[in-house]
Amino acid sequence: MGGKRKTNENEGMEGEEDSKHNIKKMEKEKSEILPSSIKNKEKRSAVHAKLKHQKKLDKRKKLKARDAAAKRALELGEEPPPKQIPRTIENTREADETVCMPDDEELFAGNDADEFSAVLKQDRTPKILITTCRFNSTRGPAFITELLSVIPNSHYHKRGTYDLKKIVEYANNKEFTSIIVVHTNRREPDALLIIGLPDGPTAHFKLSSLVLRKDIKNHGNPTSHEPELVLNNFTTRLGHRIGRLIQSLFPQSPNFRGRRVVTFHNQRDFIFFRHHRYIFETKEIKQSESKGKKAKDTKGESISKEKVIARLQECGPRFTLKLVSLQHGTFDTKGGEFEWVHKPEMDTSRRRFFL
Amino acid sequence: MQHDEVIWQVIRHKHCSFMSKITTGIFCRNPYNVTGICNRSSCPLANSRYATIRDHDGVFYLYMKTIERAHKPNDLWERVKLPRNYEKALELIDKHLMYWPKLLVHKIKQRLTKMTQMRIRMRKLALKTREKIMTTPRKEKKREARREEKAEKAAVLDKAIEKELLARLENGIYDGIYNLPFNKFLQTLDTDDLQAEDENEEESEVEYVEGNFELEEEDDIEDLGMKDYHIGNDEEVDDDDDDDDDDDDEVNAVEEQRVRRKSKPAHEKSEKDEFGKKLKKRPRIHVEVEHEGGERQKVTF
Repeated sequence: MGGKRKTNENEGMEGEEDSKHNIKKMEKEKSEILPSSIKNKEKRSAVHAKLKHQKKLDKRKKLKARDAAAKRALELGEEPPPKQIPRTIENTREADETVCMPDDEELFAGNDADEFSAVLKQDRTPKILITTCRFNSTRGPAFITELLSVIPNSHYHKRGTYDLKKIVEYANNKEFTSIIVVHTNRREPDALLIIGLPDGPTAHFKLSSLVLRKDIKNHGNPTSHEPELVLNNFTTRLGHRIGRLIQSLFPQSPNFRGRRVVTFHNQRDFIFFRHHRYIFETKEIKQSESKGKKAKDTKGESISKEKVIARLQECGPRFTLKLVSLQHGTFDTKGGEFEWVHKPEMDTSRRRFFL
Repeated sequence: MQHDEVIWQVIRHKHCSFMSKITTGIFCRNPYNVTGICNRSSCPLANSRYATIRDHDGVFYLYMKTIERAHKPNDLWERVKLPRNYEKALELIDKHLMYWPKLLVHKIKQRLTKMTQMRIRMRKLALKTREKIMTTPRKEKKREARREEKAEKAAVLDKAIEKELLARLENGIYDGIYNLPFNKFLQTLDTDDLQAEDENEEESEVEYVEGNFELEEEDDIEDLGMKDYHIGNDEEVDDDDDDDDDDDDEVNAVEEQRVRRKSKPAHEKSEKDEFGKKLKKRPRIHVEVEHEGGERQKVTF
């Protein structure tokens, strides 16, 4: 902190036009001594405390001024001064050149040629094989039964001691479209392996924060209608591919009357899975003049208008996935070609995400 | 031979660096020991005539030690390679150890049997795939957990899902199913234009009409907006007729209903577990409440 201030100080002294930061403050502090240069601890801490207090007061003053301006503008009926946009990690995400653009020819061509196009174009209906790793866990079976209810047309087979490659062959013979392997570690489901078939990609996800249906308050019970799918925030090419992989697990003709929605929401490379039943309702909102936003036309009368909201009732499990690796062919750790592997050095920047 | 007893006395009662005592017994860690137990007859140091089988890279060798070479430690152990075949190996052992004490020969044969069994099992296992256990440093695990929590907070999931569903409703994907029409029976007491907000205002005519099972097909990818959907029939025309009938009877009840409905939202939120019940109740209530208002009211007044 002291160092930053020092450079700003220098900048302030040299070229005030160049300095991007708030110059007024810097000028004020130019005349004062930096606390870090005082050798006496008591004096130094006193000066530092005073500076902090001063900063706090300044901040409060700014906030008050902003509020007053907004209020004044409202009273006068003008536009309030534009609200400042807070800086979030999503706002300041590192620019990624692989973000999908909406009108990318190459993307559509790729989509046609990739492994999921058969399922997504409804040439094949998805048929899922769910199995586990060799040792099953305490929560594993419960999780698997819930998965069976979430994903339509899915079947569970016990693992036995078959090799995964043999299982892939078996599934190919029986015309499955995907395999999901639930992997267990320390008596908890821990990882999910989604293998597309016949020679589709293999995605290895890390599973965390699993909450079963019985542990959710006020949960609902899902029906057997085909669910709708919501895939949020899969922006990059890799994310798009994963999105299509997930999409190929579900049937492409959702039954809207069933009002079931399954959501895979990607936020900062974590994919959150939720399963809801929804209903649209109209809700009355009382509006009075002071709110002003919705009732620009009515003055002095409080009407109750209605707007449509969607209400959700959660059913089914809730878990989080994080992609560990994506491999081009079916499961083959030694000889396979990996499209994407997570390496620890990718975690060094807090603003960089890959999905 | 004369030294053996002395050696044994010293080793056993004083100190032997190969001896390891554990709860189940006393073992000898000397690689040349036949049985592996610390015994007067099994100790390679305390027996000047001794033999063992040792395994090197999957090949078995018979090692023999005789008293004639006791003064030459470098050439002490004579090594003979044993054939892969179990029976042939047994014959070879018999040949080399013909005049040796039977106990020792027996122990050696037992060792050979055990080792061949182990060899077979190891080769079978090597063909199977074993899971490899990888460890994650604790720091990473904690970091991931922290980031996941923050990401979950940043993704206000419920709101995001609701927003997406409403967007789909607006786009008309659910057209045949819900009768919450936009821009048609719009209700404002004033007659102002529709604004963006007004698209969401409408009446509560949620009638679940049977019979029209228009399943719409669409790609559910949200980010690219790749939606090829077929919009279902407009059932709103039918519904109007239905509503008219209901209206005439229950116009008076409209005001009452409206008042009642205002208090509803408060209830709704507290009684989420009656969701199922609500789903069934809702249509009836909605049908009664008729805000179709503008025209209707003029008629009645």
